[in-house]
Amino acid sequence: MTQNSHLIACHECDLLQRRLLLPPRSTVCCKRCGAVLYRCMPDSIQPGLACAVAAVMLLMLANLFPIVGLAVQGERHDTTLYGAVEALWDQNMEAVAALVAVTTLLMPALDLCILIYVMLTLHPWGKLHRPSPLVRTLQSIRPWSMVEVFMLGLLVSLVKLMHFASVIPGVALWAFGGFIFVRIVAAEAFNPRDVWERVGGV
Amino acid sequence: MKTGLITAAQCGLYACRVCGLVSRPAQAMGVLTCARCGQNLYLRRPDSIGRTWAFLIAACILYIPANVLPVMETGSLFGAQTDTIMSGVLYLWTSGSWPLAVIVFFASVTVPILKILALAFLLISVQRRSVWQPRQRTRLYRLVEYVGRWSMLDIYVVTILTALVQIHSLATIRAGPGAVAFGAVVVLTMFAAMEFDPRLIWDPVKEHHA
Repeated sequence: MTQNSHLIACHECDLLQRRLLLPPRSTVCCKRCGAVLYRCMPDSIQPGLACAVAAVMLLMLANLFPIVGLAVQGERHDTTLYGAVEALWDQNMEAVAALVAVTTLLMPALDLCILIYVMLTLHPWGKLHRPSPLVRTLQSIRPWSMVEVFMLGLLVSLVKLMHFASVIPGVALWAFGGFIFVRIVAAEAFNPRDVWERVGGV
Repeated sequence: MKTGLITAAQCGLYACRVCGLVSRPAQAMGVLTCARCGQNLYLRRPDSIGRTWAFLIAACILYIPANVLPVMETGSLFGAQTDTIMSGVLYLWTSGSWPLAVIVFFASVTVPILKILALAFLLISVQRRSVWQPRQRTRLYRLVEYVGRWSMLDIYVVTILTALVQIHSLATIRAGPGAVAFGAVVVLTMFAAMEFDPRLIWDPVKEHHA
């Protein structure tokens, strides 16, 4: 088995290129197709980990508290994310309910747990081993975590409802907003290449 | 393309799609695996074209019920009303929230159909071994991959409305069968985009200039 750690093949056009060491915060793109090959990141594990922990807390808030309430004729109806999934399930819409639960509850939570675990392995005092299969999982579940799309959906439905009743934004609404922001910062701080370089001893 | 550009496949090198390690695995029998992360190694994603077509055709078929069947059923004192994806957009437009109408129209009507057309175009061009504008086609693929998840928008709108509007004396909203089909279209087109291997776009290019 021959390995070429100084070579990199573009994942979008397969062009062989040589790895370059560039100053921090620079991005390396494929010269033929323009795909982002990798980012040279400074050591950003500490702030990344902090943001990931904040994201966990915000995600918990977002799931425990009502997202929005509706006040009609003195009656008030609140819903949490779980309540919304349950309502769909009760209407024999199991497939849609499962889809919503997976993309807004399960995947974001799983994504964060794995991200924190892998970041801990990269931490100077981390003594955890073999994160490889987890990094693989992380890459494949990313597209299925759709909290930002859910936020836009919330906005659209609130506008639709505003014509009928007064809408009361809940704690979870703000928590979701904060979660999206913090999660992006945490994910940006994590560079999968660091894991592979450590595993491969490259 | 300029000469002197060479791909990993031309050198018999395998690039791992998980960890990116470029290696030449020993010629052993059976499956080749990456020395660093253990992922199975392939020069190109296996059966990429066939699998992408399969997901795409399934998405095309479900696209019809997704748009024809109601995604939402509203029952109120004044009778029942059903909403398809399109009538939801029209409602937003006529009620004056036209910026949102544009966003929803874009996310739920334009994106799924453009995604299906774009992937079909990419597949046909790859099968014809086209060398036309590979860079632009790669960008199209990147766009399809990025924008696909935003089509879930309408599913979430239906979810929130069904959960909130359960005022039995006044109005209740239920999810309609169209929502199942629409959700399936979004998931299937996402799978189709994931199965497609953009490196196939570039393979004929190097052949052409070899």
